[in-house]
This record gives sequence, structure tokens and C-alpha cells, in this order.
Amino acid sequence: MGKVNKGAGAIADVIVAGAGPAGTNAALAAAASGLDVVLLDEQDAAGGQVWRKPLDGLNGLPETAELKAGNALRERLIASNVRFLPGRRIWSVSGQYRVDVIGADNPEFFEAPHLIAATGAHERVVPFEGWTLPGVIGLAGATTLIKSGGIVPGNRIVVAGSGPLLTAVAAGILKLGGTVAAVVDIAPLGAWLKALPALASVPSLLAQGAVWTLAIGRARVPVYRGHAVVRALGNGRLEQVVIGPVDAAGAPVAGSDAFTIDADCLCVGNGLVAGSDITRCLRAGHTYDRLRGGVVPVLDDAGRTSRAGLYACGDGYGIRGAAMAESAGVLAGLAAACDAGAISAEEMQRRAAPHRATFAARRRFSDAMAGMMALRPEQVRAIAPETVVCRCEDITRGAIDAAIAAGAKDLNQLKHFTRCGMGPCQARMCGDVVAELLAIGTGDRAALGALTMRPPLRPVPLEALLGDFSYSDIPIPEPAPL
Amino acid sequence: MRRRCEDDRESITIMVDGRPLVARAGDSVAVALGLNDILKMRSSPAAGAPRGAFCFMGVCQECAIYIDGALRQACLTRVAEGMVVELRGVP
Repeated sequence: MGKVNKGAGAIADVIVAGAGPAGTNAALAAAASGLDVVLLDEQDAAGGQVWRKPLDGLNGLPETAELKAGNALRERLIASNVRFLPGRRIWSVSGQYRVDVIGADNPEFFEAPHLIAATGAHERVVPFEGWTLPGVIGLAGATTLIKSGGIVPGNRIVVAGSGPLLTAVAAGILKLGGTVAAVVDIAPLGAWLKALPALASVPSLLAQGAVWTLAIGRARVPVYRGHAVVRALGNGRLEQVVIGPVDAAGAPVAGSDAFTIDADCLCVGNGLVAGSDITRCLRAGHTYDRLRGGVVPVLDDAGRTSRAGLYACGDGYGIRGAAMAESAGVLAGLAAACDAGAISAEEMQRRAAPHRATFAARRRFSDAMAGMMALRPEQVRAIAPETVVCRCEDITRGAIDAAIAAGAKDLNQLKHFTRCGMGPCQARMCGDVVAELLAIGTGDRAALGALTMRPPLRPVPLEALLGDFSYSDIPIPEPAPL
Repeated sequence: MRRRCEDDRESITIMVDGRPLVARAGDSVAVALGLNDILKMRSSPAAGAPRGAFCFMGVCQECAIYIDGALRQACLTRVAEGMVVELRGVP
């Protein structure tokens, strides 16, 4: 193969993909069992998005519970013998198991008989007219700016969508001294009240939510419950947000008054989509789970997938939140250690017991939160025909419906008809919504499965893979005698 | 976009479409542009519509612009002194 993809290789006992709460705990548990563990992450520091590390050199950021949890995790990682390699973008997983990454300089690959996928979730935004305007950003993206940069994303900010990130982002902006013009929550107050007993099952997290809600109330921020964004307006960038009431299912109420809020930034998100790229790429068994954020691998009670040596944990494999991700990570790390023969089955069960208990104790809270973030099919049905659904290729709801009418019956067909999913985001932004649109006709979302996942998992520059390859490296065989 | 905490990091200069722009070492290109009130980074290839950073975590690819001559995600690329940023993406 000459020098093609010649990147430095390394062998380990376990590779962990993703250094958030789940992956880092998996790596620590496996390493504490005596295994040689490589932990990879795209970002510069461990903590994932939820416990993201503030940039070095910034002072005076609020001392939040998430910052403390992240710092504690990072300290445990430094004190361990886990080989943590940040700044690595995984673009291929193959074999049993090989992980190819692009780092700052050269391509590298890692091989291990055990691979733990902990790649986290990404944002779901149900499209509306104008959501592609500069100044409209994801809710999760806003948390990143707030946590790592001490940044408020605009001068007058509307925070809209669904789930706990709404209050987290609005309170985060207020804490930094920013201005929140409105909070727009698709859930009616009744939905939150209904979830309250379940949320109260983890008092510390309920208290955190209460503190955020109080801060929003103290700042006299208007909170519109049972409302959603109708459209975003502006000339080249966001200037106004139009919102209107929705019914309990999330569909706009016909004939009701929409109204306009002036804003230069809209932070919007409708929950999270599990980023099960690695397990899908390796063709482990999967299932559709609306509550858990989409297509997720089928796991046993320790995070083992249907493929030997392949494990998954954290939000990438079912939205459960950081509260459960840590326990799930430890369990997956212990399972890998047990399967590798580093610890006995009895030892594994003994060490897993407290984490199984935590996992079980937080399930009710986690299910309630996941429920608030789950995709509302009626909201998808209400997308206007002229609204862009696929941002990469500017494909509208109308074009998708036309392809479905023309005979596209599954996701891969729809992709071929429309190019939805062929753009650089590889369907990460629109895939869940597009599947829901297709399911309107077929009636069975679960039967649609998922788009076929193949490498490259993320766009990678060809020159980075080639390294210093030159044509003279190509071996030319002797010509056959005539 | 505005920073609301103390920042001890050194100021550096990047070139954006030929114009010098002050940024702080350690920030991503997407943040540096945003703090300078540059939200539109490119036009979408199909409709030519204005686009800017959206997910800020490397997923959406909306901020993939030319940085030092190569297409890179502005939210995952840190600024460097003299870095050349072009506000254009794939044609």
C-alpha cells in the first residue's frame, strides 16, 4: 500500500471513543482493572459537551455543578494510566477493531479487541422558516459558548424549543449578565407538572432546575409555555422571531395569533438525537426508540452490543443524560475488563453493583427528561412545504414529500431521490426529522430503520489521509510477457 | 456575541477576507468571528442562502470555510497569529 494511510498505529486492550462522562468513566474502569486503554476525543479536553472545560486563560466563570463535575472527572483521568488522546477525529471503524483518526498532524490508527463507543448525542431542531439564518444557533451549541467561552451568543436572545436545555441556557445567559428576550417552551406547564414527581426522584437535579427557573423568573423574562417558533426573520441575519401557540401534541393552533419578538440571536433545539454512528457502522443490532432519541443499539445490562467486543454507553446510545452516563460508562468498562479476562465475572458483578443501583435509581428522572425532549411527530407534520429541512443541500419539505409521492419507501431510497443525507453533515441535522416525514406515509417509524452508515464517519480532507504520499510510492508490477 | 468574563489571553490578529481582525489566542475561528459580529460565514451551495455557525460542536458543517487555504470547520479550528480566513465554503 506504499505510504497511503501510513499513519502511526498503536495497539491497546481497549479503545474508548468519546471522553464525556460515559466514555471517561468507561476508560477509568477498564484501566483500573489493569487494561491498557486508549481514550479518544475530538475536543481538546475530557468532559464531553455537558461537562465541557472552560478555555484556559478565562477567569470569573460561574462555578456551576457541571464545571465541578467536569473538573473532578478530568482530575481522575490525569491521575489514571489511561492513554488520553484529545484532538482526534474518528473517521473510520472497522474489523475487530480498528479505529482510524485524524489528529492535528498525521493520520493515526488504533487496534484493540475491545471497543467502547461513547460518542454522545447531537442536537435535533425541527425545522421552521428561517432556521438557516445566521444568528439562529442550536441550544446545545449555546451551552458550549456559555460553558467553555463565557460568551452570551447575542444582545437580545430568544431561547426556544423543548426540554431541560431551555432553562439551562436561559439561566446560563442571565448568569453571565446577558439579556434573554423570551423563553419559548413547546411543552405546556401541565406537562412539566406531570413530570414533577419523576423529576423529584433525583432531588439534586430537580433543585438545579428550580434554581435555573427561579433565576429566569427573577429576571422577569417572559416565558411562553405551549408555544413554538413559527418563523425567523431577517435580512442576511436574524432580526425577529415569530412565535405562536401549539396544542398539547406540539402542533400549531390554527387561527391563533402569532406574535413577533425582536432578537439578534435565537437558541433553539428540540431534544437530542443519539449519535450511534460507530455501532451502526459496525452493523451491531439496533432498534428504534423514540424516548431514547432515535436508532440505538440493542445492549445488555452492561452495555454489550450484539457484536463481541463492542460496547456502547452514554447519550450516543440512548438519551439518558449525564446522571446515568457515568454509571453506564463504568458498567461498560467493567464488562470489557471482564470479557478481556482482566477481572472475574464475580469481581465484575461486585464492582458493578453500586453503579447498577445508581443507574436504576436515576432511571425515572432520566425517562421523564427524555420524554420532554423526545420528538413530537405533530410538530414535524406542521413543517411548511417551503421550509428547508436539509440544510446542507437546501432541500425543502415539499421536495421530500414529492420524492415520497414518487415512490421513495425507505430512508436510503429517499436519500437517493433527494440528496437528503448526502451533504457534509451526513444527515446528522435532518435525518431524524426526514425519517419522521417518511413515516407519516408508511405509518411505522421503527420499520424504516436508519440510513446505512459507512466510513468516512465525518468529512476528512483527502490530503490529511494521504500524508506525504507521492505517485512514486505506487508499486508498479512488472508487465506480463506478451 | 459577547464575552462576559475576564480574559487574560493575548490578543492576536487574523486576516478575514483581507481585513485584519483582533482575536484572542485559544478561541475558535467561529467564536472569533462572532465576537467581531461576523455571523454570516458563507452562502449555501444550492440556494446561495446566508449561513453561519449553528451547532458549535463539529456536527452540522455549516461553518466549514477556507482557513489557511483549506476547508476547515471554524468551530473546531483555533485562531493563530496571521491566520488567513476566507468567508466562503464549498462553491
